[in-house]
Amino acid sequence: MKSVYLDHIAATPLLTEVLEAMRPFLGEAYGNPQSLHAAGRRAQEAVEEAREDLAALVGAQAAEIYFTASGTEANNFAVKGLALGQQARGRHIVVSAIEHSSILNSVKALEKHGFTATLVPVDGSGRVDPADVEKALTKETVLVSVMTANSEVGTIEPIADIAAVCRARNVLFHTDAVAAAGSVALEVKALGVDALSLAGDQFYGPKGGAALFVRKGVRILPLIDGGIQEGGRRGGTENVPAIIGLGRAARLAARDMEARRAALVPLRDRLFDDLPRLIERVLVTGSRTDRLPHHASFCIEFVEGEAMLLSLDMKGVAASSGSACTSKALKASHVLLAMGLDHATAQGSLVFSLIDGTTREDIDHLLEVFPPIVDRLRRMSPLYTEFLKERGS
Amino acid sequence: MYSDKVMDHFANPRNVGVLADADGVGQVGNPVCGDMMTFYIKVENDRLSDVKFQTFGCGAAIAVSSMVSEMAKGRTLAEAMAITNDLVAEELGGLPKNKMHCSNLGADALHEAIKNFQDKRAGRAPDAKPAADQHEHEGESCACPYCDASLEKEDKTFCRACRVEFEECLACGGITKRGDEKCIHCGKPLGKAA
Repeated sequence: MKSVYLDHIAATPLLTEVLEAMRPFLGEAYGNPQSLHAAGRRAQEAVEEAREDLAALVGAQAAEIYFTASGTEANNFAVKGLALGQQARGRHIVVSAIEHSSILNSVKALEKHGFTATLVPVDGSGRVDPADVEKALTKETVLVSVMTANSEVGTIEPIADIAAVCRARNVLFHTDAVAAAGSVALEVKALGVDALSLAGDQFYGPKGGAALFVRKGVRILPLIDGGIQEGGRRGGTENVPAIIGLGRAARLAARDMEARRAALVPLRDRLFDDLPRLIERVLVTGSRTDRLPHHASFCIEFVEGEAMLLSLDMKGVAASSGSACTSKALKASHVLLAMGLDHATAQGSLVFSLIDGTTREDIDHLLEVFPPIVDRLRRMSPLYTEFLKERGS
Repeated sequence: MYSDKVMDHFANPRNVGVLADADGVGQVGNPVCGDMMTFYIKVENDRLSDVKFQTFGCGAAIAVSSMVSEMAKGRTLAEAMAITNDLVAEELGGLPKNKMHCSNLGADALHEAIKNFQDKRAGRAPDAKPAADQHEHEGESCACPYCDASLEKEDKTFCRACRVEFEECLACGGITKRGDEKCIHCGKPLGKAA
């Protein structure tokens, strides 16, 4: 059976070149980067080279990069470390309503320790208005965090404008760029951000290799106390293979980003053009213009996301959904609800996210197998029966 | 995550459809929870001569509906009333714990259809409960909505695994973390009825 992987937002494949760069550090190059001897120095040099490659991807200095084990850890580090580092000045945080759970739950954790928070709404396309961020700022605000792009709906946020609002009020600004880094050009100085999270498994690197950029001079408290690794800001022996993989993936992303975008956008746009033509009552979610290049997301009315995912999987297609049934907590997507969609529509959430190497034939296959899947599920949906009855057909 | 039997009933559901001349119709669930089931029955000599269903929901919800229809067809009303959600899950080779809570409502929908038939036969006005009220959660088959650990009947107020305290939603009967503003199942403010 043809196998078509369209779940970039869950994980990207590991590039062979990245794996090859990592391989020695899973084998003979096992030294601890903190050791003085030759084995240690070899690991240390490789880690520092990776730090430079990663810094170059976002226009930072190597000393401003802190490696973490995941995007979630980077986000926890940013929210908790920055907020706690500034708490003498105030204890109020502003985040958008569509942030990843690692941001929202970090904020909730801080609320238990006396911080307060304001959630900034989004419009129907999932976009945060910088003016709303400005309105949410108080004298007590010490940190704002708004994601660079949302993985569920693909919308890219006006980060530079939000950063400017924060800078004018002398408030730190963090952006969770996990979904965007490696896929869209990000330059921390031009954007004006104080901190930025990214993860290699979103740009063809290994899982376990992620990082937080923190602008030089910004105070951040460590989440993991320990030794002197990462400038004393993140204790624990470095995950050398993952860091090497992350660094190599960053180098390749910087080199290939434009080519990847050029290849994926036309394929992605075919989904936007053809799916609503082949299937009635399909909503595009998120912005059509300010959007991740590999990302197409929809709500298919009258059917539920998990049932579509299972059916697609039977046809060899891997995709994602934000439906309540696909989440362990059986909770509808907070992103789609924040965008104003009702529960029934949000249940039909589906995300196709392309990867480097996705072909025309892959998209053809999806467009061929998907409409009959929707048709089959709709024919057993009481909501669809109701819709047909109301329409009088 | 699903048994082969669940996948079979999901891929090839039995008895899907609408009975235009049904003797009884039963509906449970709501789109907020993710699953809605409508059951249609035909009754002859106190036996279910035909059963059809329509389901909006996940793979488990579709498989459950299909299994219920198969278990019920040809049975007497009394036999059909004895089918429980737990028996259905058992017949399907088990369901993931978190799906026991929201998706395993097929037997309830069937029973609603039978009650609807009995009400009509007795000349009573059919029960006009809103769908959300029928979303009963049986304590013994309840799982923590946050970590999936199964909950005992007595600790519907607290999950020992992830140490979350619960509050029961008066609108849908689901459980949400105490102190949260809104029910995670139906979105209604906690502490308020529908």
